[in-house]
Amino acid sequence: MVDITMRVNGATREGSPEARKTLADFLREDLDLTGTHLGCEHGVCGACTVIVDGRAVRSCLMLAVQAAGREVTTIEGLALDGGLGVLQQAMWDSHSFQCGFCTPGFVMQATAFLADHPDAGEQQIREALSGNICRCTGYQSIIDGVLLAAERNREG
Amino acid sequence: MKLPPVEYEAPTTVSEAIDLLAEQLDEASVLAGGQSLIPLLALRLARPEVLIDINGIAELSGISATDGWVSIGAMTREYVAEESEVVADAVPLLAAALPLIGHEAIRSRGTIGGSLAHADPAAELPAVARALDAEFVVRGPTGDRVIPAAQWFEGYLTTARRSDELLVEVRFPATGPGTGVSFAEVARRHGDFAIVGLAVSLALTGGVISDARLAFAGVSDVPVRAAAAEDLLVGERPSTELFDEAARRATGDLDPPADLHGSSDYRKTVAAAVVRRGLRAAAANAARGSD
Repeated sequence: MVDITMRVNGATREGSPEARKTLADFLREDLDLTGTHLGCEHGVCGACTVIVDGRAVRSCLMLAVQAAGREVTTIEGLALDGGLGVLQQAMWDSHSFQCGFCTPGFVMQATAFLADHPDAGEQQIREALSGNICRCTGYQSIIDGVLLAAERNREG
Repeated sequence: MKLPPVEYEAPTTVSEAIDLLAEQLDEASVLAGGQSLIPLLALRLARPEVLIDINGIAELSGISATDGWVSIGAMTREYVAEESEVVADAVPLLAAALPLIGHEAIRSRGTIGGSLAHADPAAELPAVARALDAEFVVRGPTGDRVIPAAQWFEGYLTTARRSDELLVEVRFPATGPGTGVSFAEVARRHGDFAIVGLAVSLALTGGVISDARLAFAGVSDVPVRAAAAEDLLVGERPSTELFDEAARRATGDLDPPADLHGSSDYRKTVAAAVVRRGLRAAAANAARGSD
């Protein structure tokens, strides 16, 4: 066991995970933040994507101990006042998701991407989301949602 | 799957890491970005007794240019190199290959040294290192060794690094004026491993090819230089006929592996197309640069 402290969604959180525990399992099991989903658990599906120090990362490919001292944002951190953020609302309006399993990964990846590329077009968004797998939608509605969010962000 | 139980060490200096490697020898795996090693652990394809996590070693990160070389610390993250102006200016072939590695979230964690030490023959960076004759600096109990790229890749996921050594730095020669580059690849979707990839660097002097470097990814257990094509190209002027013949020579002796994504014959056909495409793009890139 290793004692660690990190910031998660703006709050200081502590824990003592085994070294082998991934950040994803630490968030879900130790911090009860089960919004982060685990699909493949070896870095292929993107469902577990979270934001660490401003960059999208796969929380199944990072050890919890490696997040010590870092700033982690999970899907729970996007709607702190209980309402939907711009991206979430745009995805809702675009019917971006069906079953919802891949949703947190897409939303976190798109959040990190839009923060760095507010003017991104469709092709860039497709490439940015190419590491996330959805088995329901065929992706078009997800891309539509991210494009709509980018447009609404620009309009302020 | 969850990772198997494993001991964990997090040294903060290179010398500490080397001492740990010397103690553990074959029982240790070095954890850099973890984008390949953690899946190997999850899938039980690797079962080290101890992980030596080098993420806390600040001296292993950084990019600097000196005397015609660009030195990149082994722990430098791929996204950092991707955003580096030094890399974009001095090693444009590396800059062209970096966005093709995995996906954005992979490059957030993945490192230059980690990818090259993992030595997946279908990955982009090994082909770039081989094309440019990069140099690998490893440090062990008896000091530093510098290993040229031609000797670094020994086989599938196997390098010339000994188990008591740590890869500390990779040096790329700075690209000269009049040089065009391209990284051409065919993959199932953006970010996937290449079915075939090709790193190309073409130097043009007065419209004649003065230096040609071609290295394949995904056609063997190591990245492969297309020496016969390079010999053909040097001294000639770029043309469709020349590039067609280069594609024939580059792929004549290839015997690529077959897998789910393509048969050996298919890969060979794709390899020839990628040579033509890569040479065209590099020649156009060189022409633009010399304007």
